Amino acid sequence: MFRSIVRLQSQFGNILSPNKVCPRSPHFRFAFKYSSAITERKRFYQDVSISQGEGGLYEINLDRKKLKTPGGKLFTVPNEVLAIAVATEWDAQRDTLKFYTMHLTTLCNTALDNPTQRNKEQMINAALKFLETDTVCYRVDEPHGLVELQKNEWDPVLHWIENRYYVTIGSSSSILGPEIPEATKDTFRQHLNSYNFWSLTGLEFVITQLKSVVLSMGIVDRHLSVEQAVLLSRLEEEYQIQHWGNVEWAHDYDMYELRARTAAGALFVHLSSESSNVKRKLLQDREG
Amino acid sequence: MAALLPPLRVCRGILKELRTMQGPKYKLSPAYSYIMDQFRKNKASSPPTASQLTVTGEMYCRAQQEAHHDSHTYLCLLASSRTHLALHKLYHGKGDRSREEVAGLVGLRLPTQPG
Repeated sequence: MFRSIVRLQSQFGNILSPNKVCPRSPHFRFAFKYSSAITERKRFYQDVSISQGEGGLYEINLDRKKLKTPGGKLFTVPNEVLAIAVATEWDAQRDTLKFYTMHLTTLCNTALDNPTQRNKEQMINAALKFLETDTVCYRVDEPHGLVELQKNEWDPVLHWIENRYYVTIGSSSSILGPEIPEATKDTFRQHLNSYNFWSLTGLEFVITQLKSVVLSMGIVDRHLSVEQAVLLSRLEEEYQIQHWGNVEWAHDYDMYELRARTAAGALFVHLSSESSNVKRKLLQDREG
Repeated sequence: MAALLPPLRVCRGILKELRTMQGPKYKLSPAYSYIMDQFRKNKASSPPTASQLTVTGEMYCRAQQEAHHDSHTYLCLLASSRTHLALHKLYHGKGDRSREEVAGLVGLRLPTQPG
């Protein structure tokens, strides 16, 4: 019986005999990088520094080695600020590497590797689909205190975004959610098209965390701070906490994690889409 | 919505976070020099007098407000990451008990191998 099993194994080739897997293939390196999910990787470097490589892109150096993405590519970022922030994340690691705290690094890796092979159009469509189930538009009918709270906190944000983009979104308390008119979607589609791929990656991340397109646009347009947006996203939970009490190891834990992820996503969007240029004004303006 | 902390407090907050993260040599890090650079460049005085003109000379500079919001976001990122990690270690970081402890829970001891 053993002889037949051995024959079966050799027929399946690469899958069952790990020593045949090519060490250079991206799949192997992907698996190698992520084996840290089970066993912890120790911090293996002393210094973290950034350097500018070809094409003006910035790279991260851990001691002498250049950082790579899980997909095997060289880790490059388009601007210096983002590189400094990522380097700070790596420098903040103590004995073990905790990848779940390195949100900016994760976002850069996603933008560079694009493991799900998405393009801009697909991401924009996904974001617009989310608008139909936006948190801020979904209202409850009872308890009365929560209805009032939702009206007082969420309506101003809805008004702001409706005025800012000249669209109508509206809110609804039915199970189907609000009807988003096509004109609204077209306006947002046009607006989102002006963002580059990296910014859209960040924006998608923020939308997924906050469960709301409206609140995400609020942060990106700098109308809301991260803390405010997180509070608005968790409005019902905050209401229940005030009623039933706070549980630190669940409520606070979730809130700080949400804040950290949203802040990382928002920073990623802003850093990927800004361009700083200094314009020299005429001298007579300053003397006036 | 201007519910943000004043820039000086944000700057102090970020520097405190960097110091907690990196220890006494935080002043050598590239993050420190960049933060100080940015805050000096975008420093506002309210109201701006003729002798204390800001980089642009405007009362309400959009780039300044953007930088203020971004610095607030970065402070939020650093502070909430640290707090989240602390809560994780406090409540969720214990891991598994060792075999001796598990046996001890029911009042037994592990057998010792002879020799």
